[in-house]
Amino acid sequence: MNNNTAHNIDKSPYKIVKKQFFLISENDFILQTGERLEDITIAYETFGTLNAKKNNAILILHALTGDSHAAGVYDKKDEKPGWWDIMIGPGKAIDTDIYFVICSNILGGCMGSTGPSSIIPGEKNSYNMNFPMVTIPDMVRVQKRLIDHLKIKKLLAVTGGSLGGMQALEWSVRYPDMVEAAIPIATTMKHSALSIAFNEVARQAITSDPNWNNGNYSKEKKPDIGLSVARMIGHITYLSDKSMRMKFGRKLQDKNDLPFTFDTKFQVESYLKYQGEKFVTRFDANSFLYITKAADYFDLEEQHGKGSPVDAFLNAKARFLVISYTSDWLYPTHESKAIVKALKKNRLDVSFCEIKSEWGHDAFLLPDKRLNKMIKGFLASVYEKIQGATNNEI
Amino acid sequence: MRFDLKIMASWIKPGSTVLGLGCGEGDLLYYLKQEKNVKETGIEIKEKKVALCIEKGLSVLQGDINKEILDYSDKSFDYCILSQTLQQAYDPEGLIKEILRVGKKAIVSFPNFGHIKIRLQLLGGGKAPVSRELPYQWYDSPNIRVLTLEDFKIFANKIGFNIHKKAAIKPGEKSHEGKIVNFLPNLFATYGIYEIGK
Repeated sequence: MNNNTAHNIDKSPYKIVKKQFFLISENDFILQTGERLEDITIAYETFGTLNAKKNNAILILHALTGDSHAAGVYDKKDEKPGWWDIMIGPGKAIDTDIYFVICSNILGGCMGSTGPSSIIPGEKNSYNMNFPMVTIPDMVRVQKRLIDHLKIKKLLAVTGGSLGGMQALEWSVRYPDMVEAAIPIATTMKHSALSIAFNEVARQAITSDPNWNNGNYSKEKKPDIGLSVARMIGHITYLSDKSMRMKFGRKLQDKNDLPFTFDTKFQVESYLKYQGEKFVTRFDANSFLYITKAADYFDLEEQHGKGSPVDAFLNAKARFLVISYTSDWLYPTHESKAIVKALKKNRLDVSFCEIKSEWGHDAFLLPDKRLNKMIKGFLASVYEKIQGATNNEI
Repeated sequence: MRFDLKIMASWIKPGSTVLGLGCGEGDLLYYLKQEKNVKETGIEIKEKKVALCIEKGLSVLQGDINKEILDYSDKSFDYCILSQTLQQAYDPEGLIKEILRVGKKAIVSFPNFGHIKIRLQLLGGGKAPVSRELPYQWYDSPNIRVLTLEDFKIFANKIGFNIHKKAAIKPGEKSHEGKIVNFLPNLFATYGIYEIGK
């Protein structure tokens, strides 16, 4: 029967996936700020099959503007697969023939999980800026409810880049007994002044758009200009000096000579404008404000180690693979090395590789054989070890 | 596996914790992990080699051994391995002291610059020696320390560490073959391997 189904799914190279929803209805969810959040919905997708021992589950944690759609397509007509399809799928580095992969939209997001654009339970309006402040630990605590709901006692691995990497780190220290391995990629233990600065400029762009209206905007009159400028700023931080030089240089859009007018565009300007305009069709401005603030507040050292990075990982048990990129100036290698140092000082099992790349912070989302091979080998080794351990128990 | 690595592996007790400094593509660590159930950690500076190690499932960190070793507390490992790296160390004395701090024991190997062919090249040709073991010209050699088996013995006395075991070897035509040199080792062995401790 499975063969038939597979046959019917056309010639699309992508697997069909379906967005699912999990409701935390107990109304007992207290956020880090102490506020209660009722009726939390979490959108999630799964790829592959959970085995009988339920020990092959990998949780994928998405970045700032990602969603639960990590791989595959919703419909065979979809042209673009999920955001990490190059990594996740049958035979790929995170092999869905072997592993059961889960990805959920973060709390505060706008892709199906509860966030500022959700309707307040029992009311007609959405939260907007009345949505409580949520933190990275809150996002992770919600994900833990989902993992409990799926009856998985221990995740084989948690992994993600950027904001996803922060969640992976948070998982490893908050739920040490639930994480066999963690792969934080292009990330940090705490947001630097540089990252906070960029986020604040991006937020200012949104909040100074007259359409923002203190967060109470309508679908017809959204702060699109502000959000698009915010996205443009983001894109600059995801690239690097060299990648911009290679990609755009000083090339002009549709022109060969410089007429010295304001309507002439360098290619880099057109690119950013296009990215900004594309973004406003899929993302909510208030969500952007909340999530960037959650990133800025993230400080694993302070929260789990009272300021000491070494103490922050005192309870961690996972095996780690830390990855950074040479040209990432948003979360530079020294921030990954600080994580590695803290892990080493706790005598935790850690591997670390700084991948040479010209593509800046964005590199982790681009096809890269080296990263894929490392993740594949690392996961195989972690999985082999726990299978050996469970076999010995029998 | 290379003959010198085989000898080192034979000295390591099963189930030990091992720190491989400058572990390259991880051949020795992989063997120790598979065959001797060793808990391995490697440090290697070249990204490509680190990636190959991680692909094999080894726990390896990219970094400079001189700096990375400082993060480990005393006696963190049963063995520290410094294979073919001492002759490239900027501060051999500091490095040896560090490996004997973080490791209960250390295994060190290096090419023997006292080998007869090298002596003859310098004596007869009057040129900086180039051999199979030391294939570099003076201007492109990473081997910034020129030492012999005899020098290492003197070094041990000066620094104050003990030599527990030693093997002077000469690899054969094929890299996995070789023999132990017992007769005038400082003249006829191309490599020295030592287990040392405080």
